[in-house]
Amino acid sequence: MATTPLTAPPVEKPPAPAAGPPAANPKKGVLSYWRLYAAISPFYLLFLAFGLIPVGFSLYLSFHRWDGLGSMEYAGLSQYRYLLSDTDFWSSIGNTLIIWALATFPMIFLAMITAVMLNSAVRFKNVYRFAYFLPNVTSVVAVAIIFGSVFSTNFGLVNALLQAVGLDQIAWLNTPWGIKVAIATLMTWQWTGYNAIIFLAGLQTIPGELYEAARMDGAGPVQTFFRITLPLMRPVLLFVLVISTVTGLQSFSEPQVLLQSTANESTFSGGPDHAGRTMVLYFFQQTFDNNDFGYGAAVAWGIFLVVVIFSIVNWRLVQRRGED
Amino acid sequence: MAVTTQTEPAPTEPPRAEPTKGTRIRGTQRRGIALHVSLFVGVLLSAFPFYWAVIMSTHTSTEIFSYPPKLLPGSHFGDNLSKLFDSIDFFGSMFNSLLVAVSVTFLVLFFDSLAAFVFAKFHFPGRRVLFAMMMAIFMVPAQLAAIPQFVIMAKLGWIGSMTSLIVPAAANAFGIFWMRQYMKSAIHDELLDASKIDGASFLRQYWHVALPVVRPGLAFLGIFTFMGQWNDYAWPLIALTNPDNVTLQVALSQLNGVHGTTDYGMVMTGAVLALIPLLIVFAIGAKQIIADLGKGAIR
Repeated sequence: MATTPLTAPPVEKPPAPAAGPPAANPKKGVLSYWRLYAAISPFYLLFLAFGLIPVGFSLYLSFHRWDGLGSMEYAGLSQYRYLLSDTDFWSSIGNTLIIWALATFPMIFLAMITAVMLNSAVRFKNVYRFAYFLPNVTSVVAVAIIFGSVFSTNFGLVNALLQAVGLDQIAWLNTPWGIKVAIATLMTWQWTGYNAIIFLAGLQTIPGELYEAARMDGAGPVQTFFRITLPLMRPVLLFVLVISTVTGLQSFSEPQVLLQSTANESTFSGGPDHAGRTMVLYFFQQTFDNNDFGYGAAVAWGIFLVVVIFSIVNWRLVQRRGED
Repeated sequence: MAVTTQTEPAPTEPPRAEPTKGTRIRGTQRRGIALHVSLFVGVLLSAFPFYWAVIMSTHTSTEIFSYPPKLLPGSHFGDNLSKLFDSIDFFGSMFNSLLVAVSVTFLVLFFDSLAAFVFAKFHFPGRRVLFAMMMAIFMVPAQLAAIPQFVIMAKLGWIGSMTSLIVPAAANAFGIFWMRQYMKSAIHDELLDASKIDGASFLRQYWHVALPVVRPGLAFLGIFTFMGQWNDYAWPLIALTNPDNVTLQVALSQLNGVHGTTDYGMVMTGAVLALIPLLIVFAIGAKQIIADLGKGAIR
């Protein structure tokens, strides 16, 4: 549900202490600032109505049984207890993590290489950047439809290639691993260019003198990359990893569109054997197919917890490596 | 893992393309060529799915199902087009998408820049707390709020209409944060002081002093918002309960769900047509979007 565009990390410097001239005058009452409060109020009102109250309500809901129509029934911790023993939920976590890993590591690797190449290319830089960024702005629905045909068993491009080199065809969208590879390939295709642009911006802040000095000391390109480029790129790498984690762990549209025509029971079921049923797909299935709003809310909080834990682990890993 | 390499024929070699100035001219030149060849392979990989979609939109399903796969345009684009228009209300859903994307873009530009102006240039009680609160909202995943949102909108009678898409998206934390960063440096305090001495009200300052200097920032936010709204899928899929009155992405998905295994030519035609407005908007703003994205990440 990528409704917020993803760009800058919310890294915030503390606001400059009373630097702006129209500084707060302690003698004036709060009411005298009403124009300013009115100007920022639309966001906070919307947030209250469609953010804070819903999030609070969903916490309340997760302790109740509710089908969205009848009356709510207090259920205590039972839905969370069920969640912990729900093998479908655990397998959806597994699916999500596998797809995330299959997509993220090749993506970051390819994006880094692309960025380093773009950084040393002198000509056509803008043309390259335009072309590499294009996959990212196209809609997931269109892209998933296109990739569905690339991985189609009967006429897909991948199978045609396999046939051409004399290998057996694979029923990509009908086998557990095939499904995951197809989704991960789609994500890699869509996000490599975006991350390459981010990496490129990071590379451009590294002073050229550093490379000059390394060259004078006789360092080769590979050594330079691992000794200079990579350490200095750690903050940008961290940003990319966090964004990929948060978006990757909440993937929904890719598997939903890609697998909806092979799904037999529901469009949220994630294909044969539920091999492509991610956490968020499972949430949608429980909530909007089974009309189990109470359990759906518990699943949503479960997902939130997984994302938070995983982000912290990621963050720690990258930080730790920096201390060595 | 071994399988992915077949679709992504490892486009590149290790980064040995660091230009070594002066020394071996030959080697440098050869490296330059290798560099552009690798980069070009990457461009092909980026562009190929688009090309293939266009090719498939010009073939019948029988042609698509045959081996070897068609790599050159066929002659059935017109047929696919008329089948597409028979299957879904293409222009109706395109109108809905435009309505949502354009309305949200203008609302976001207005509300976000107004709030950003306040946060960037004024001091008032509670400013820090309100700003920190806004940044925390970034972190809340959408599905946490999804169920109650749906319930609230059902109560308001918005479910099924475009209102359920437009209103909650009318202002967002990302845009306010981003515009604030932009305004902090772009709007000079002296200008604001001068306008205040001239007796300009807060709204006049916003409209006549702030907005004119932050036009490039507004352009970025506007294009970004438009593209995000045009492509949005998960929430519209849930909120637009009337299958005859949906946005383009939802209509496309319905088309794929019903005909996705039988009539690929027609489904592809829909996918290709849906991409066109987006590509136009992206082509207009690409340079700035790419530059600003980079700046955002290393700020």
